[in-house]
Amino acid sequence: MKVILNARQIEPILDDLTARIVCDLPRNLDVAVIGIRSRGEILAQRLCARLSAKLGKEVPCGTLDITLYRDDLNSPRGTSQPQVRTTEIGFDVNDKIIILVDDVLYTGRSARAAMDALIDLGRPKAVRLAVLVERAGREFPIQADYAGYKATAWPDERVQVNFVECDGKDEVFVE
Amino acid sequence: MKQFPGRPRGQGPVSSAGQRQNAVVLPGETRGDAKVGDLSHGRPADHHKVAGRPVVRDEQEGASVSAGRDAKMASEKKAKQFTWQRKHLLGLRELSAEEINYVLDTAEGFEEISTRSVKKAPPLRGKVVVNLFFEDSTRTRNSFTLAASRLSADVIEFTQKSSSVSKGETLLDTARNLEAMGVDIVVLRHGAAGAAKFLSRNIKACVVNAGDGFCEHPTQGLLDVYTIRKIKGSLEGLKIAIVGDISHSRVARSDMWAMTKLGAEVTFVGPPTLIPAQVSRLPVKVSYNLDEVIDKVDVINMLRIQFERLGGNPFPSTREYSHYFGLTVDRMKRARPGILVMHPGPINRGIEMESEVADGKNSVILDQVKNGLAVRMAVLFLVNQAAAVGE
Repeated sequence: MKVILNARQIEPILDDLTARIVCDLPRNLDVAVIGIRSRGEILAQRLCARLSAKLGKEVPCGTLDITLYRDDLNSPRGTSQPQVRTTEIGFDVNDKIIILVDDVLYTGRSARAAMDALIDLGRPKAVRLAVLVERAGREFPIQADYAGYKATAWPDERVQVNFVECDGKDEVFVE
Repeated sequence: MKQFPGRPRGQGPVSSAGQRQNAVVLPGETRGDAKVGDLSHGRPADHHKVAGRPVVRDEQEGASVSAGRDAKMASEKKAKQFTWQRKHLLGLRELSAEEINYVLDTAEGFEEISTRSVKKAPPLRGKVVVNLFFEDSTRTRNSFTLAASRLSADVIEFTQKSSSVSKGETLLDTARNLEAMGVDIVVLRHGAAGAAKFLSRNIKACVVNAGDGFCEHPTQGLLDVYTIRKIKGSLEGLKIAIVGDISHSRVARSDMWAMTKLGAEVTFVGPPTLIPAQVSRLPVKVSYNLDEVIDKVDVINMLRIQFERLGGNPFPSTREYSHYFGLTVDRMKRARPGILVMHPGPINRGIEMESEVADGKNSVILDQVKNGLAVRMAVLFLVNQAAAVGE
């Protein structure tokens, strides 16, 4: 297991992501942040707090559970089974710029599922994907609009992000 | 062309797990030595005791639900690996507390679908669900139909009267014929106890029991405990009374299994003619006097007097029954202020309970119906998952 980002390195990356997101936002449009469960949710809250501070207004934050939209539900997965959890988006997604947040962008399938889920909730003005870490290996034609760090890993390795809220400390490692 | 970083000496092993890795790591993902299906799970109350962490959330959310969810996220790391492996839901007697809680947790995730503008999600897309109902039902059948539709499944409705069963076709032949047309899930309601189990052993599709004779009605039991859990947080230590025609009630049996497994204390209440003689072998208390029980319980579930099933004369008159066992406004005055009043429906107003009680502030009867939809979506999703993975 190799740690590629520790807590001290993650914070400036989040600040950088926030700055880049704000740069692209038109002044008169509403923005909202939606995180993909489960670690995307934590990242979304952190980004949301920074965005709110930078824009000087409260940016709504929501959580999306993509289990029902996964494309591997009907194929055998051995012993693991994703659990359906709640989607909590307490605001209207119509006509907003949605910053979709996830921890790692790899195959792109989670982002695809998240977009399908979002479309069932309404019609956003735009959806922009922000991730903390991206790595090569896309299986779908999906790219991040804002990527914090570009990781390299062999195909059989996995890039894992831990956050202090649910794993005890902030770090990104490869195993 | 995809570029993978080159390796100095030959290719290392590329496992299928690595290739199909999701970008998001979901807590359910296996990590090699994870244990599956551990049944010695801790008490469900633990889920809701851990303090939550600050989270930006939707204001409409109830406090107990948000506290429970925070605790769940925090304890997920400690929770052992669990998978739902049952292809059929035949009854609650054989389910463990962990399995029941898993269904309830899954149902929570499905509630949100019914609040959207597009009330659909795709997990059962392309799957066919048949409602094989040999007994009348509006509530349960419509609930299953709607649940299947919300999951994007195709639904076939089968009513006995308009089918070949009236020409003498057997249950098994009926089911096999439907299966030949490509049915994935059969929801069965039948007058004979064990019908669902029989079907599950003879057809390849998943079977969900929607009521078999007097035996079990598992989705009703699940939605009842879901309703209680949602409001009270946990069933641990709760005192629950089930009142009415116990001997002919599959709802009473399913409720009993679910509630006792989740740690509640259940009391059957009714006239001796309607409580089975073997009740001492069941994990419940018995009372023949509602007035003794009414001030001691946190939840009271009134069962319908099923006039169509009563043989003989179990009580002298319905008026006498409702005098002794009906939930009247007067009796409610002596009940605990936070008592939940439940009824599986349809209500015989004036017999099991007075209208004012049915429509009163303690009544959660309509919540039961609403929760029934989420619970049935969870059940259909889970049995389909078990079948898909098992192939």
